[in-house]
Amino acid sequence: MNVTDLSVMALWGATALYAIAMVASAINLARVADARVRARAAVAAGAPGAPGEATTEAGGASSPARASSRAAGIARSTTLVGALLHAVGVTARGIDAGHLPWTNMYEYTISGAFFAVAVLLIIQRRRDVAFLQTGVVGLAAISVGLALAVLYAEVNPLPPALQSFWIAIHVSIAVISTGIFTVAFVASVLQLMRDSRDRGTRWRGARARFLEAVPGATVLEGLSFRLNAVGFVLWTFTVMSGAMWAEDAWGRYWGWDPKEVWSFVIWVVYAAYLHARTTQGWAGRRSAWLAIAGFVALIMNFTVVNLFFQGLHTYAGS
Amino acid sequence: MRLDNYAVADAPRLGVRGWLRWVWRQVTSMRVALLLLLLLALAAIPGSILPQWPQDAAAANAFVAANPFWGPLLDATGFLDVFGSAWFTAIYLLLFASLIGCIAPRAVAHARELRAPVAAAPSRLDRYEPTSASSPLTPADAVAAARATLRPRGGAWGALGGTRVRVDERDGAVALAAETGHLRELGNLVFHAALVGVLVAMAAGELLTFRGQAIIVEGRSFTNAVVAYDTFDSGALFDEADLEPFMLRLDRFDSAFDDTGRPLSFAAQVTLARPGEDGEASTIEVNRPLEVDGAKIYLQGNGYAPVLTVRDGAGEVASSGPVVFLPTDAAYTSQGVLKVPDVSTGPQLGFKATLYPSAVEGPFAIASVHPDPANPVIMMLGYEGDLGLDAGIPQNAYRLDESQLSPLRGEDGQPVTLRLALGDTVELPDGLGTVTFEELPRFVALDLRADPSLPWLLVAALLALAGLSVSLFASRRKVWVVAREEGGTTVVTVAGYAPGHDAGAAPVRARVLAAATGDEAGERDPA
Repeated sequence: MNVTDLSVMALWGATALYAIAMVASAINLARVADARVRARAAVAAGAPGAPGEATTEAGGASSPARASSRAAGIARSTTLVGALLHAVGVTARGIDAGHLPWTNMYEYTISGAFFAVAVLLIIQRRRDVAFLQTGVVGLAAISVGLALAVLYAEVNPLPPALQSFWIAIHVSIAVISTGIFTVAFVASVLQLMRDSRDRGTRWRGARARFLEAVPGATVLEGLSFRLNAVGFVLWTFTVMSGAMWAEDAWGRYWGWDPKEVWSFVIWVVYAAYLHARTTQGWAGRRSAWLAIAGFVALIMNFTVVNLFFQGLHTYAGS
Repeated sequence: MRLDNYAVADAPRLGVRGWLRWVWRQVTSMRVALLLLLLLALAAIPGSILPQWPQDAAAANAFVAANPFWGPLLDATGFLDVFGSAWFTAIYLLLFASLIGCIAPRAVAHARELRAPVAAAPSRLDRYEPTSASSPLTPADAVAAARATLRPRGGAWGALGGTRVRVDERDGAVALAAETGHLRELGNLVFHAALVGVLVAMAAGELLTFRGQAIIVEGRSFTNAVVAYDTFDSGALFDEADLEPFMLRLDRFDSAFDDTGRPLSFAAQVTLARPGEDGEASTIEVNRPLEVDGAKIYLQGNGYAPVLTVRDGAGEVASSGPVVFLPTDAAYTSQGVLKVPDVSTGPQLGFKATLYPSAVEGPFAIASVHPDPANPVIMMLGYEGDLGLDAGIPQNAYRLDESQLSPLRGEDGQPVTLRLALGDTVELPDGLGTVTFEELPRFVALDLRADPSLPWLLVAALLALAGLSVSLFASRRKVWVVAREEGGTTVVTVAGYAPGHDAGAAPVRARVLAAATGDEAGERDPA
């Protein structure tokens, strides 16, 4: 087996494990939600005045249903082993290509998905964020699978335009911030769904019962903000280092190339999000929508701009 | 003139000053800033979808020509030059006005706050999630122990980044108030001020910069003067006399391609000579521009410039020298035009030529399979007549004006395609002369650019990044400790205020309470 095969097989393995992890963590969420609904019903029937909502808010880590859930264990172990295989796949690709594994769409996708899972695992070490797992691991499974099936490209030598130390700085930070924004996006989506359920406007049915296993909208908002804040600082750095590279490579630091336009749009939308959080009437739901809009712009920048717009970043599509 | 704020006659009137104040308050409100940000993002998007004049003039031109209704309309409304349009400029200038209007008063308020003493603990702590416990210590000792864990600092640094503390005695209780960090707001102010700096540096750069492009063939030189450039743009405040008078010779151009023709490396070997000095050899590569006296020289393109010699019907050399052929594909299939106006006899001659560096010839077609010159072949069509150069209108060097030219035809009356391998000489029909393909040197396209604002831009950008990080990650907390004697024991109450996302605030309060109640473990708790 050569390095190319090793990389591809490890990545397919990671995809499969992520898919299992997604299903297992979804089952886990459903079980936790069921247990909470039952517990609340019991509390409401037996002990009036008990702080039902407070248990839902704070009981994530110590809920008995969670500890006993085999699904949670499966989800966690498959995610971990998947991430290890993923790391092997990305590293082998880098060794195979002889350069950092983020020089085209295929490589960028597998690396970005890896960082999203890595961010999840890092947060997981410090606090229980099992409720994010389904979304993040699901997105990772879809993107690595799509990358292998659709975007796959043979290894290429690095073209002169990319032969610069900036590729280690500019693109790596871009990939990492993409990973962080992805996790924050999942938190924002859950925040909106949970908020709708709490108000009784949408997501009320049994199908959305898993939302009972998710923290309250305020907690999710805080989590999403902290991730988005880190992502925003890194994205600011991405844009700045990109300008410095452009100054070296193209003789101008900013030229409104389509990629630059969309990087700017992403930056401005996330800046609007940060302002919206502290603006009356915009905090909460509206600012969450802005965070989601920022993530959509991020995905646009990576897909539509690479594939359909003519610009200087064209090697990204190859 | 009076402006009515309401259509109702007896409503109070704002007057011009009142209106201006109202407008200013609106512009500087967070809500308007937010809307301007969203508008800015939205307004930028067409700049990536529609062809833009500054980025791709040819595409913009083609777009206007192909869309007789929408083309001129979008062009007139600035959609084909979004980032230079009045509306885009208006949005970002308003945004910066809003930013300054918001930040300036906050900076003044912040400076005042830095000098103000720490506010005393509120008399009622109910609103701030208080926790209480009894302590074996006296109230004064309990507060002193709490104070020690907070590690207060005085002076300017204490006001900015550290914790400032005040202790009062009131109503038989000892009350401590601690404030951590005005750093967050300072970072916020620095970030926004640095954004203004970025804008100012960019504007200054626009005025002071110059950019020129020059094409140099191997073995030839370029003198740094405005007339020597093929294209030259400069800002309003740029002075031509500021161009350093150096000479640059292209000694050799090295390129490497893999077997499939993908580029591996490009390097221009040049000699740089200043007046009265010996030349100095350097290399210019993609991503590695050459710095000369504050200007940078970039390798932006390369190709072939075949040396073609044309002899007229009398056998006199009418034209001889390298002709720049522009590459049209990855295999460097290149197109060039040769104009020969100075013939001693007969009509003027013109040629449209295609170069195939690694030509593979079939019976009906020819193609280049690799960028390296393994088998260079030039195919060309000749024209005779008037090149139109005498009208005094500047012509595109890469395009032949065929309006007064007719193709050279063979004996069968069909236009003749001339085929030249390296070293070949072919005869033109009707005894018009000969063409020789002598050599195949390379050319490079170099961009020269200087922008004296770059260091300032870098400083402003780094300040913005630092300010942003501090404003998002520095903590801003208030902690209050009240110790009171109640029935022989000391009751300590700890409360505090921190933004909801500050996960570190609760552990600090727990540690303070532990210390005040004499719990040694609390002090060792690593945080």
